[in-house]
Order: sequence, then C-alpha cells, then structure tokens
Amino acid sequence: MNKDSNVYTIVYASVLVVVVALLLALTSEALRERQSQNEAVDKMRQILTSIKVESTNENAKELYNKIIIDAFLVNKVGDRVDGSAFDTELVDELNKPEAERCYPIFVADVNGSTKYILSLRGAGLWGPLWGFISLDEDKKTIYGASFGHAGETPGLGAEIDKPAFSNQFAGKKIFNTQNNFTSVAIVKPGKTDSSRDYVDGISGGTITSQGVDAMLFSSLEAYKSFLIKE
Amino acid sequence: MALKNKEIFLNPLGKNNPVTVQMLGVCSALAVTSKLEPSIVMAISVIAVLALANVVISLLRNTIPGRIRIIVQLVVVAALVTIVNEVLKAFAYDVSKQLSVFIGLIITNCIVMGRLEAFALGNKPWPAFLDGVGNGLGYGIILIIVGFFRELLGSGTLFGIKVIPEAFYEMGYENNGLMILPPMALIVVACIIWVQRAKDKDLQEKN
Repeated sequence: MNKDSNVYTIVYASVLVVVVALLLALTSEALRERQSQNEAVDKMRQILTSIKVESTNENAKELYNKIIIDAFLVNKVGDRVDGSAFDTELVDELNKPEAERCYPIFVADVNGSTKYILSLRGAGLWGPLWGFISLDEDKKTIYGASFGHAGETPGLGAEIDKPAFSNQFAGKKIFNTQNNFTSVAIVKPGKTDSSRDYVDGISGGTITSQGVDAMLFSSLEAYKSFLIKE
Repeated sequence: MALKNKEIFLNPLGKNNPVTVQMLGVCSALAVTSKLEPSIVMAISVIAVLALANVVISLLRNTIPGRIRIIVQLVVVAALVTIVNEVLKAFAYDVSKQLSVFIGLIITNCIVMGRLEAFALGNKPWPAFLDGVGNGLGYGIILIIVGFFRELLGSGTLFGIKVIPEAFYEMGYENNGLMILPPMALIVVACIIWVQRAKDKDLQEKN
C-alpha cells in the first residue's frame, strides 16, 4: 500500500481522530462521577479552610455537615431567594444579567460564634481565580480566607493558595470607619495603602495579586447590600 | 541498530542531555523551577508522558503517513496527557490540582516531539521506552538542580521548609529575590552547561 497517497493519509487521519476521540470520551465518562465527588469534597475543604478548619479528603464531608449550619442564596438587594447555595457557581451567576444574579452564602458555627462565608470569583494572569472569605458576625471584619487558581505560575502567582498569603487577611476590615465599602487592598510587599486595610501581595506575582485585589473588590461589592442589611 | 540499550538509556543523562546539550525544553525550566516541589512533579510527569508516547509512536511507526507524522505525534501526546490528567483528577485529586498548569507545558515540550521524531519513528518499542525514560530523567535532573538552587537562594527554603537558619538573616543575609524570577533559571541552566562543558572537553565546540 502506498503510504504517501492522499486516500491513505485522509483515512489514517480520520481513523486516528475517531479512535482518540472515543478513548477520551470513554475515559471522561468513566471517571466523571469520581471526579465530581472529588470536586465537591475539594469545595467543602476550601470553605472549611476559609474558617480556619483543617480537614482531610476523608473527614471533609462530616466536618462540613457539622460546622456549616446554613447555606442560602441572596439576590442583588440582599434578600434571601430559593436555590441550592452549594451547587450555585458564582461564575455562572456573573454571566447573567445583574438583576437575575444570586450569590451563595454559607453560615458557619465556629465554637459558638457565627461566621458568614462568601464566594469569590475573578481572573488571574493565566486563568480564573476563586476563593472563599469568611466574615465575623459584624459582617465587616474578615475572619479567614482561602484562594484557588487554575493555572498561575508555580512558585510565583500560584502562591496565593498558600496559608502564608491567605492568613494575612484575618482581622482586616472591608468597611472603613465611615462605614463605606473599601474591600481589602493587595499591595506590593513593603508598600502601604493609607485609605484602606491592606495585605502584602506575592513577590513575582504582581498580576495575580492585582487579580486577587480586583476579585475581592468586585465579589464583595456584589454582596454589599446583604452585608449592610441589619 | 548502532546504539545498545544501555547507551540509549544513559546517554541522555550526560553527554546527550536534552536540556544542556540539545537545548530543548528550556522554556519549562524557566516556568516551573522557582520551587523544588513543582520541579519534581514536572519531571515525573514528563518521564511518564515521554515514555508512553515513545512506545505508542514506535508501535504505530510502520503505518504513519510521512506527510502528517508531526500531527499524528501531536495527537498522541495530547491524548495521553489528557488521559493522564483525567485519571489523576479521579484518583489523586490533590496531585492533579498541582499538575494542572504543567499539562499544557508537557504537550508543548520540545523534548517530547523531538524524541518521537528522532527516535520512536525508527525504533522498536522497548528501545523507544528506554529512550523516553532516559531523556525524561536527563531533563528531570536538570530541572531538579535548577529548582533546588532557585528555592534555596530565592526563598531560603526547600520543599517549603526553612533551611537557612535565622542566625544568617540576623548577620545580614538576605534572600535573593531575583532567583524567584524566570531569568535566573536561564542563568542557572547556563552555569550547569558551563560546569558540564568544562568537565567534558568533547562537548566543547571547535573553532
């Protein structure tokens, strides 16, 4: 058979593509359930990390069910609406028109005190960023935070998911003394921001740090009406 | 076949190292080596993908049409990498989260395409497997050396654990922030090449 003929080449390419597509589809189909379970557990662990609760893949579900006492959605004006908070992805909501958006809120009971956990979503240097931030009962002071990313550079921007970065947020205020919403600034290490509370960004991860800064501002602002509501 | 299996395996570790001699795969050495841990994860994943892809292409070598061989190689590598990633997501989720960024880098790694084109297309599966593992190791060693020095001098840590004693900092030692940035990877790779060529005169170009 002539391997250089057009017919052979076209048939070979088609067969190859079909075989590869089948293989990939089969793998994806066979593993999907395990993957989505893993993703759900990972989300629970992120939520738990934001209230400084250590968890493992094994005990995450149990801890989550014990500590998270309520989860609900709020709309733009801060009123509670129907729906599952755990299954609502902020990224899908942000693609909807503003009036239809719902924002997930998780309520945790940490040793007797109530914490509100809010979902965050933004963009880093190479891909999406996400995270959870927990607020004290006053809805102004940050209790803890956890961040995740899809493709930031290891050792540089990817450092945002390390405790060294997220631990800095504890105790920072997202409203200033005049009760105006300010979010928390991410500044270059060594710099300051006199107008609002700030934390140090990541050396060598300037764009990612700016992404976290923008994500905090826009995501928390979306929750503003819920936060200022008594 | 001129080369013995042992040479196929050992050559890429020294005299025919893909990074320091053939100058391949340098881009990923820049991107992932600012810490030791991702360097090791990247090294392991490249060894796995390279060995598997070499075997698959070697098995197919007598059927691949010459005109689309690069596309065939690319499809095989991309499919393998995707499958490996899916399996990791299902059975080792934490590792796959770390790997996510490397996946794209493996597909575009010139060493993978280079070995498929230069070796797997003309050799039987077993030598092709050895060649894949050997080249992956040769690449991995360089990556780990670079990662070691960059993390040690840049952050004062190894695997995230502080190794430079606090007393040094009190005496005025400071972490070299430049080591964290990509250009220093190039300079560390260049130093390795310098050392290697100084020791092995055969590698020096004659004018």
